[in-house]
Amino acid sequence: MIRSLVCAGLILAAWVCNAADAGWMKHVSETDRARTNPYAKQADAIAAGSRLFQDHCAKCHGEDALGRGKKPSLRTREVQQASDGELFSLLKNGYLRRGMPSWSALPEPSRWQLIAYVKSLGEKGTDESTTPLQ
Amino acid sequence: MKLISVLGLFAWLSLATSVAGQEWPYFVTYSHALEEPGNLEVEFRGVQASPKYGNDFSSATIEFEYGATAWWTTEVYLSGQHTSNDSTVFNGYRWENRFRPLLREHFINPVLYVEYENLNKADRSLLEVVGHDSISDLRLPNAESRSVTERELELKLILSSNVRGWNISENFISAKNLIAPEPWEFGYAFGVSRPLTLVAGSRDCVFCRENFSAGAEIYGGLGGLDGFGFKATSHYAGPTVAFNIPRGPTVSFSPSFGLNANSVGALYRFKVSYEFQQIFSHFHRRAK
Repeated sequence: MIRSLVCAGLILAAWVCNAADAGWMKHVSETDRARTNPYAKQADAIAAGSRLFQDHCAKCHGEDALGRGKKPSLRTREVQQASDGELFSLLKNGYLRRGMPSWSALPEPSRWQLIAYVKSLGEKGTDESTTPLQ
Repeated sequence: MKLISVLGLFAWLSLATSVAGQEWPYFVTYSHALEEPGNLEVEFRGVQASPKYGNDFSSATIEFEYGATAWWTTEVYLSGQHTSNDSTVFNGYRWENRFRPLLREHFINPVLYVEYENLNKADRSLLEVVGHDSISDLRLPNAESRSVTERELELKLILSSNVRGWNISENFISAKNLIAPEPWEFGYAFGVSRPLTLVAGSRDCVFCRENFSAGAEIYGGLGGLDGFGFKATSHYAGPTVAFNIPRGPTVSFSPSFGLNANSVGALYRFKVSYEFQQIFSHFHRRAK
């Protein structure tokens, strides 16, 4: 029985490792892509999003969202020009293969507030030590 | 030397930021929320109960939960208990792993759970109820029960959904004693919960509704391969509430009430968890 369990574990690990996806944007459904942020550009939502960002995101992406180590900047053109729906999809699904967890436990309105905040930061260049998101 | 090691550990942990993670207020039920990669959650869980015709007991479990990757969380538990008019005993350890086989969010999200337990029979942490677990197990004197060691393999299928702010989770539990010829035992847990509000406020506050979540849990045994079903099993149900103190620990409480004569009348459960974010981050080069 133990041998069977070890085999099952190895098969599972191999499957998870091979379930690679080439980039989070490729997996955004048309339905998600078309979604709009009900809190876009609202000052209160941006302030709330800022609090959420500092609590949940800043430790990886940096307090200024410019990235930290291998954790990507959120102020690149790719992120800032992504649609709200695309970013919503990223937060909902995560990008588990690359270490970005799913934030589906964060209520949907809070996720939109977070996106409103990230979009309010605007683009800013990064140095070579940060990793692009894709 | 031990003191220096402990102080060193706390100094290291203090370099990491602590916050409340994505956490539902469950005590037995698991959802598909895993620990964020690189984060370490330290949790203290307590159970207090007064079984009929038995001595009052308090059980304490310390849990270290680490997000190894975004799809794999690993945990170690250390458990002990104190029984009134009896003694205080260390019960043993558990090593638990949870894997998300599907890398995207679905309506129902499966998680595979594998745990190895090395506990003596005096364990009263009641982290799950399986097989024919009942109130009579809790009446055994520690001197008798601690001499029996159980090495168990526990497997769970966790199914969980997040729908309109609600979390709905179902767990199917199976456990096998690896050192005694006992049949597989089964159990279940079901939980539902929701934050008190879904929208975050624009200002910091402690007692805002966004910092609270509430729900309910029901769990119990389903017999074993020698007799699957509700016969001679125990079951519990009760409300549960969690309070995420901003930039601090999460405190949860739940009274679980026994649903039949094989169950303890009431289990009072509480836990305090503290999450240290990116505990290895100070070894990394800061990008600026």
